[in-house]
Amino acid sequence: MVTYRKCAPYLPEMRPLYKELTVDEYLTMAARLHRVSAKNIKKAVENAKERCGLTHMSKRLIENLSNGYQQRVGIAQAIIHSPMVVILDEPTVGLDPIQIRDIRTLIREVGTDHSVIISTHILPEVEMVCDQVQIIDKGKLVFNGSIDVLKRQRVGNKLLIGLRNPPAIEEILRISGVSEAESLANGLIRVRYAESAEPAEAIVQAAVQQGWGLHQIAPDQTSLEDVFMQLTYQEQLAV
Amino acid sequence: MIINVARKELKSVFASPMGWVILSLLMFAFGTQYLNAVNDYFAVMSGAMRPAERTGVTQFVGQSVYGLASFIMLFAVPLLSMRLISEERRSQTLPFLFSAPISLTEIVVGKFVGLVAFLSVLIVFIAAMLSTLNIWADIDFGFLLANSLGLLLMVAGFSALGIYFSSLTQQPVIAAILTFIALFALMMLDRFFGDDPTNVLGSLSLTRHFQSFASGLIDSADIVYFILFAVTFLTLTVRRLDADRLRG
Repeated sequence: MVTYRKCAPYLPEMRPLYKELTVDEYLTMAARLHRVSAKNIKKAVENAKERCGLTHMSKRLIENLSNGYQQRVGIAQAIIHSPMVVILDEPTVGLDPIQIRDIRTLIREVGTDHSVIISTHILPEVEMVCDQVQIIDKGKLVFNGSIDVLKRQRVGNKLLIGLRNPPAIEEILRISGVSEAESLANGLIRVRYAESAEPAEAIVQAAVQQGWGLHQIAPDQTSLEDVFMQLTYQEQLAV
Repeated sequence: MIINVARKELKSVFASPMGWVILSLLMFAFGTQYLNAVNDYFAVMSGAMRPAERTGVTQFVGQSVYGLASFIMLFAVPLLSMRLISEERRSQTLPFLFSAPISLTEIVVGKFVGLVAFLSVLIVFIAAMLSTLNIWADIDFGFLLANSLGLLLMVAGFSALGIYFSSLTQQPVIAAILTFIALFALMMLDRFFGDDPTNVLGSLSLTRHFQSFASGLIDSADIVYFILFAVTFLTLTVRRLDADRLRG
């Protein structure tokens, strides 16, 4: 148990900060408790502060720091003894958008030297910071793979087209590569195409020639939420 | 490692004004009692004509100051021990300690050592204050030693009990009240069962075991009693935290 804890520090969702201490005092204490040898403590604290952008906050009480900075202190505490693995639980909860962006950059930065395990419910965050994804539903692993696999699942072979004077569906089906087309309730048209085909250019040309009034064309991405739902839902069906 | 946890506790106590305020207020109370006792000594002794009525200045002043000290610790220790674990539980900082490479025993003993170290500052100050009597009288340092040791052991027992109650709840105030009631009950046992020396309940009383120290007697049975008392409650605390950890 103790050896495991030596290599894997953990930052839980509720930041375990002693708010009556200053940043320096807190980090020194964390270094001591994680058995950093006495002569290296000062260096470890400076290093952790520098990496987390806390150097100018050294003498401030943790209590008086903003949420984003408190989160940085939490991360600094977790990497202070240069562990192999850092575990972060919901690292961006309760932060404002700028702080979220900063923390994500910091996580990527930390990830260059340490393995970082993040547990989160915010799916776009997964896409932004992770290389490897595991989805767990009711204690069972339903997805395990690199983020690219998950992204590919998202894209699909679909285009979303917006036309001001749309033609009949058959007209669109006649364009080469298009295998399926349907109009959606919001006036857009969803086009499916074969795996190898790239019908986007042909569609644009047809639209210009025949004056369909094209105002938007974009790949129709399933959101990560949908993929997640699918994965967990399939699991339910299988049971 | 125990030392590092103890240092963390001491740092927390002295990071807020509370540690300083408690130290200064208690020292003020003990100092006042000391001055009064020295004044009273002359008044009482000049009234005592026969040699049998006379007591030494160490015993007279010492008993008065240490008597007050043991009584005040009954209130001071619960107030200091209450936040040791319950506060960490409430502000959810326990995972910080749990995830560090230290065992539960080290955490609990570290907290205990931190608190006792803080309180022993008071004990050292009291002993130093009483030693100043030596400037104009020839005092009995053995008596001071026995009393200091007794007070230290008693405070250690109080602290262990306080830490245990602190580990039971999230509310520091509840921990303080429970600790105070328990300590008070253990003190009072002597009142009810003190007359009968064979009574088991009577020998559980904290007061009875402190009394021999108070009269300058270092009895190994009393030392063992206080050590067992502290060890028992520290063990219970470790078990309690272990149950917490397993349940998450």
